[in-house]
Amino acid sequence: MTVNAGNRSADEIGRTPQGPRPLPELGEQRKVADLAVADTELSNGLRVLAVRKASVPTVELRMRIPFGGTDPMHSARAEVLAETLLTGTATRDRVAIDTELALIGGELGTAVDPERLVVSGSALSSGLPTLLDVLADALTGATYADAEVARERDRLVERLAVARTQPGVIAREALQRRRYGDHPATREVPQAEDVAQVTPEDVRALHQASVLPRGSVLVLVGDIDPDAVVGQVEGALRGWSAGASATPLAEVPDITGGDLHLIARPGSVQSQLRLSAQAIGRTDPRYAALQLANLAFGGYFSSRLVENIREDKGYTYGAQSSFDFTGQAATLIVSADTASEVTAAALLETRYELGRLGLVSPTDAELESVRQYAIGSLLISTSSQGGLASQLAALANAGLDADWLAKHPDRLADVTADQVADAALEFFAPTKFTGVVVGDPDVVGTGLAALGGVVAP
Amino acid sequence: MDTVAGMAAPEIHRYVTDNGLRVVLAPDTTSPVVGVSVHYDVGFRSEPEGRTGFAHLFEHLMFQGSESLEKLAHFRHIQGSGGTFNGSTHPDYTDYFEVLPSAALERALFLEADRMRAPKLTEENLANQIDVVKEEIRLNVLNRPYGGFPWILLPPVLYDTFPNAHNGYGDFVDLEQASVEDCAEFFDTYYTPANAVLTVAGDLDIERTTALIDKHFGDVPVRPAPQRRSFAEPLPTEDRHDTHQDPHAPLPALAVGYRMPDPINELDGYLANIVLASVLADGDGSRLQQRLVHADALVSDISAGAGLFGPFEARDPDTFAVTAIHPAEVSEQRVLAALDDELDTLAATPPNDEELAKVTARWTANLHAEHDRLVSRTLGYGSLELLYGQPELLFELPARIASVTADDVSAAAKALREGSRAVLTVEPSAQEGAQ
Repeated sequence: MTVNAGNRSADEIGRTPQGPRPLPELGEQRKVADLAVADTELSNGLRVLAVRKASVPTVELRMRIPFGGTDPMHSARAEVLAETLLTGTATRDRVAIDTELALIGGELGTAVDPERLVVSGSALSSGLPTLLDVLADALTGATYADAEVARERDRLVERLAVARTQPGVIAREALQRRRYGDHPATREVPQAEDVAQVTPEDVRALHQASVLPRGSVLVLVGDIDPDAVVGQVEGALRGWSAGASATPLAEVPDITGGDLHLIARPGSVQSQLRLSAQAIGRTDPRYAALQLANLAFGGYFSSRLVENIREDKGYTYGAQSSFDFTGQAATLIVSADTASEVTAAALLETRYELGRLGLVSPTDAELESVRQYAIGSLLISTSSQGGLASQLAALANAGLDADWLAKHPDRLADVTADQVADAALEFFAPTKFTGVVVGDPDVVGTGLAALGGVVAP
Repeated sequence: MDTVAGMAAPEIHRYVTDNGLRVVLAPDTTSPVVGVSVHYDVGFRSEPEGRTGFAHLFEHLMFQGSESLEKLAHFRHIQGSGGTFNGSTHPDYTDYFEVLPSAALERALFLEADRMRAPKLTEENLANQIDVVKEEIRLNVLNRPYGGFPWILLPPVLYDTFPNAHNGYGDFVDLEQASVEDCAEFFDTYYTPANAVLTVAGDLDIERTTALIDKHFGDVPVRPAPQRRSFAEPLPTEDRHDTHQDPHAPLPALAVGYRMPDPINELDGYLANIVLASVLADGDGSRLQQRLVHADALVSDISAGAGLFGPFEARDPDTFAVTAIHPAEVSEQRVLAALDDELDTLAATPPNDEELAKVTARWTANLHAEHDRLVSRTLGYGSLELLYGQPELLFELPARIASVTADDVSAAAKALREGSRAVLTVEPSAQEGAQ
């Protein structure tokens, strides 16, 4: 212990002879350098978006293949396919694939959701030819060996058991059903009993029918020459072709406001609030204004929702509001996890803030704060290869490009206070929201019933 | 020195201010963004008995206002300048950081200096943040399967002393007893400039940044750094075991904890453990993945690592951990026997060159990826300055990893087998798992 330790009171610590000091002004912001971009469609219909960003000698890869399906078994088969796509080809087995990738400092991984099959990876840029070769080999020649499919299927069943005990997964699944009924978009996590029935033949047939270049997009960002890379990709993927296009997910219907459904999770000490309303996509001229309105509501820490239910009331560790994009559609999702005892109170405050956003428009100070945050956080998130690659892949999915991204700060800068107020009033009206509460009905039921607008399980 | 192919070691400036603050400046003007972090040399191993979770609770309070900043102002000024922020509490340090468009550099320095000089520690903010922290614990531990596995559950099995064994998130009873007086004493003891590292990385000019640091941090009062405690405790002399009932978990899980060489003073031995972890469990071609996940189908997932929060996060004593989730039909003994067998194999026959080459290449690529994300670059410099006094170690690691020999890895495996270990079993206890 030092001589000073504990000598000062909290009050003494919190002040100095000089007193409070003024906040420094912001300096001049340097612009981002223009990016060298190639954006083209190959003869097999694959769109390739390649960007030079040579900050480090690596390359990031994102591939998105539209992967919609209406068969009730589709999501189970798709999940097994994603787990086994990189487990063997005619010339490489599972271990050989991992070894080749490791030796170029590389990784490749897969994920699937109702909309798309995603292959993501990275490598030292000197290893790009190998990365593309392994990718092409899997896309054109994955064998789905019986033993690999059987083993991954068993693991998947085990992992699904774990996933379905996660409150976040339970809440997401319930929200999707509340919003979209039995639309294929709701099948984000397949049923274990369906997965258990998937055969290697099913997976091979799905690959044949659905792992297709036309309509898919490949994004490469890194220490590369974009134009040369397009040729490299064309060469590497020349064996990947088909007449048909990859299958988009059927468009989801617009959602309408309604009561929240209480989903029982007995014994839980915390509840999940999930509210959702229809929004507009990135191509709508009102998108930038709604983006700012959403930030002011609950899209960042300094938002009305977080300052109210976390920093003032202490009801939650994290509350947020964000866009959820499905095909060309977009929705808003407001979420918070709160202690059971304060669940109804947190819902009351959330509804209050929804109503208030439209009726008491964001102030000039709120607007300037969210504007700076939207522009600055985009700059930060796209300042790394991985961040830029993910951002471009999401945009490409919506039919947008690097130019849209480069011009978005200007769009945000041009939004007026009236446009934000209009967007807030139209899209954040409490009656437009529907949703779910997941929690212990014995603890949260009475309060929610008193509050109203919540249907008991 | 060109330690990594294709990337020259970056420019790093280090100095110490008159009031004892260690400063690391790492300019890189590739993007017009800047990262600022402050690492204080105190983590949850230093919190007093009866005050579990206090270091983390105090981290929350440091965001709640200071002499020039009302509650909420810190967040608003960072985000309203286009920036992002966070803080985190580790066993041996607590970090605070923000990444911003570079026009906001002075503002970030101002904000960090203000709370280092004169934070407002009030009853009201303390009560509010106790509630928030309890929600954080409910979210991350109490209301989910495998909450706190293994970072909260394994240490009390492997360690005997309070600093190493206790729960760093804290018991609700302890959190509720935290007082403003505790906060004042903790701040005065540990949050002195002489006990901190300030790091600025990214789009910055050295001369201007140095002047700004002097302007804002120059009059933070000098207070001596506390004498750093040793948390050393004897190695366990026999194997240990404990069981945790998890009402949310559908499948059993186990964590195996081993003691490791001192990360700071036996760096080469520590690095051999990092390579060992990678040879064991990184990628489909690794030994435990091949054997336990695929060939024998004993576990659904398995991982191995140096440190419960990742490598280069803590001083001695540190933990080597293997964790696995397995079906109920597979006994824990079978999983442990297979693990022991793989360690014995490595102890008897060193890994081949290709296995080591894979580890080096992936470390090199990961280092580049980390360097490319400004937030991790900034925090990497700061924590390595704090723990090692060597921020440049970040760039030497691939070469250091590459120089670990097959015999070193073999010796590390042998040491794990010869030492005593701790096994923590997670047993599904409930109703819910059956759904």
